[in-house]
Amino acid sequence: MSIGKRNLVQTRKGSDLPTQGALPADQRDAALRIAIVDESSVRAAILEDGLREAGFTQVERIGETRNLLTRIYALDPDVILIGLENPSRDVLEQMFQMSRAVKRPVAMFVDQSDSASIQAAVDAGVSAYIVDGLKKERVTSILDLCISRFNAFARLQSELDHAKDALEERKVIDRAKGFLMKAKKLTEEQAYALLRKTAMNENKKIVEIAESVLTAAELLK
Amino acid sequence: MSERLRIGYIPLVDATTLLVAVDQGFAAAQGLDIELVREVSWSNVRDKLNIGLFDAAHLLSPVAIASSLGLGHVRVPLIVPFNLGINGNAITVSTDLFAVLSDVSDGDITDPKVSSRALARVVAERKKRGAEPLTFGMTFPFSNHNYQLRFWMAAAGLDPDEDVRLVVLPPPYMVESLASGHVDGFCVGAPWNSVAVDSGIGRILHFGCEITEHVSEKVFALREKWAGENPNILAALMRALARASEFAKDANNLSTVANIVAPRLGVVSELVVRTLTGSLKIDADGAVRHSENYIAIGGRDVNRPDAVQAAWAYAQIVRWGQAPLSQDLCARAQNVFRPGIYDAVLGSTIEPRLTGPRDGIGAFSGPDFDAHDIAGHVSAWQTKRAYRPRLSVVR
Repeated sequence: MSIGKRNLVQTRKGSDLPTQGALPADQRDAALRIAIVDESSVRAAILEDGLREAGFTQVERIGETRNLLTRIYALDPDVILIGLENPSRDVLEQMFQMSRAVKRPVAMFVDQSDSASIQAAVDAGVSAYIVDGLKKERVTSILDLCISRFNAFARLQSELDHAKDALEERKVIDRAKGFLMKAKKLTEEQAYALLRKTAMNENKKIVEIAESVLTAAELLK
Repeated sequence: MSERLRIGYIPLVDATTLLVAVDQGFAAAQGLDIELVREVSWSNVRDKLNIGLFDAAHLLSPVAIASSLGLGHVRVPLIVPFNLGINGNAITVSTDLFAVLSDVSDGDITDPKVSSRALARVVAERKKRGAEPLTFGMTFPFSNHNYQLRFWMAAAGLDPDEDVRLVVLPPPYMVESLASGHVDGFCVGAPWNSVAVDSGIGRILHFGCEITEHVSEKVFALREKWAGENPNILAALMRALARASEFAKDANNLSTVANIVAPRLGVVSELVVRTLTGSLKIDADGAVRHSENYIAIGGRDVNRPDAVQAAWAYAQIVRWGQAPLSQDLCARAQNVFRPGIYDAVLGSTIEPRLTGPRDGIGAFSGPDFDAHDIAGHVSAWQTKRAYRPRLSVVR
């Protein structure tokens, strides 16, 4: 066992943990206070929605990272979720050791027995911190949800990027078609067929041929 | 066949040897295909190294030790066969605080003993009139930035946990925080002190080497387990780093090196040159302070891991209550640094250091450091209260 963890155990006081233990099981999770530190308000909203749907009602978002620790102390969360691309992760590391001002101990959610879930979290780009003494099982569902929402957001983001690229390509091809129709007196269908045939012959993408056509058109102006 | 490796780094000048090893082809010459991954936080570098997403990393020296001891975090034994940087930090204060410190100074304020006493007077005066305590930024709880600020403050009897506020700030936020008055000063590496000076809101008070003349700042760290399983790849990595280090140390290569490093850091190459040559503008009027010791990144004296440095880092960790004092932990901390691997791979032999402070550290205050007497080191500064280990200990 590591020293850090030994200290955690030694210094934990039963009274530090509020009355959650006395609550009925179905109300316990709802009583968890969760803070989401995320500069991406869209992703934070997606995550918050997911948590609320899962029955966690006390969810707070922190978008602005100035005075982060003060804001976290004020919220006094049981669980903190933060994206790995956020430099303020290092600020949270201070929570483990600054005795002053901190009201409750917070420990990072890492455990040697848990490398699969850590790996999944890091792959998804998220890390979690939990209040000391909170049972791991109670946080697992939050972390799982967080991982799936982060992954879903990343997928959405890449689909969006993809859609944007496709739209751009479509515009380029349309402009090339227009040029060919005018210059070679072709119908739209013939212009497209010409682009496609050239692309196949040259083993290139249609959009690449369309770009070449537009470059040529620019030169011939 | 080349070995594919992923290595994490933070964009700082003391990553130079690693960046040059890859970008100047020294790694490829050793049959290594290295993907350098730029990171935004030390927590990320540590975690990705620990779970195996990185094969090696550019890391804060005290983090390599904290991770190996499992301080405040899961324990993952790391080894350091190669030291990347000595020194390189500076303490910058706001122009307002500098003016106040100068007013109450009883001598040459460039002497840290004088500036530290001046700080103690300012702190006492603020306390008397009920003003908010001064706030200082540093980069990570396990960092020389944290320890150098604390060492400097405590030299004049201040208790850094009671008399001032110390806050972790990501380096890119330091300057903005100084401008907004969120902090009154900070200790950080290049280029952030220069950025504060250039924008007219800060003044470099001390180079890190004026607080401690010779400290291991960044290391090349790997998981002990991985290193044990891949001795040949490790040896190839060390040879690539050693050649890059010799290249980077040669003054004739300065502009080539700066041109390699600058785009990786996202700064202009002139700033890298200023840093590597140890000539920093310290105030808005353009006064320049120069020190040969400001930062060192190349050569055997820099790269060969030194157990005294590991002991020093552990002593700071103990002094500031981040870990208990024990022979066992001290031995484990020292065993993180592996001069034996360095010697075995690079054919180096143990030679006495020709230059530098006699105790290997050269702190501006207190007795010489003795790696065999951490207890003596810690007790030399007992001030208002005894620090007890309180990692994750609150209330």
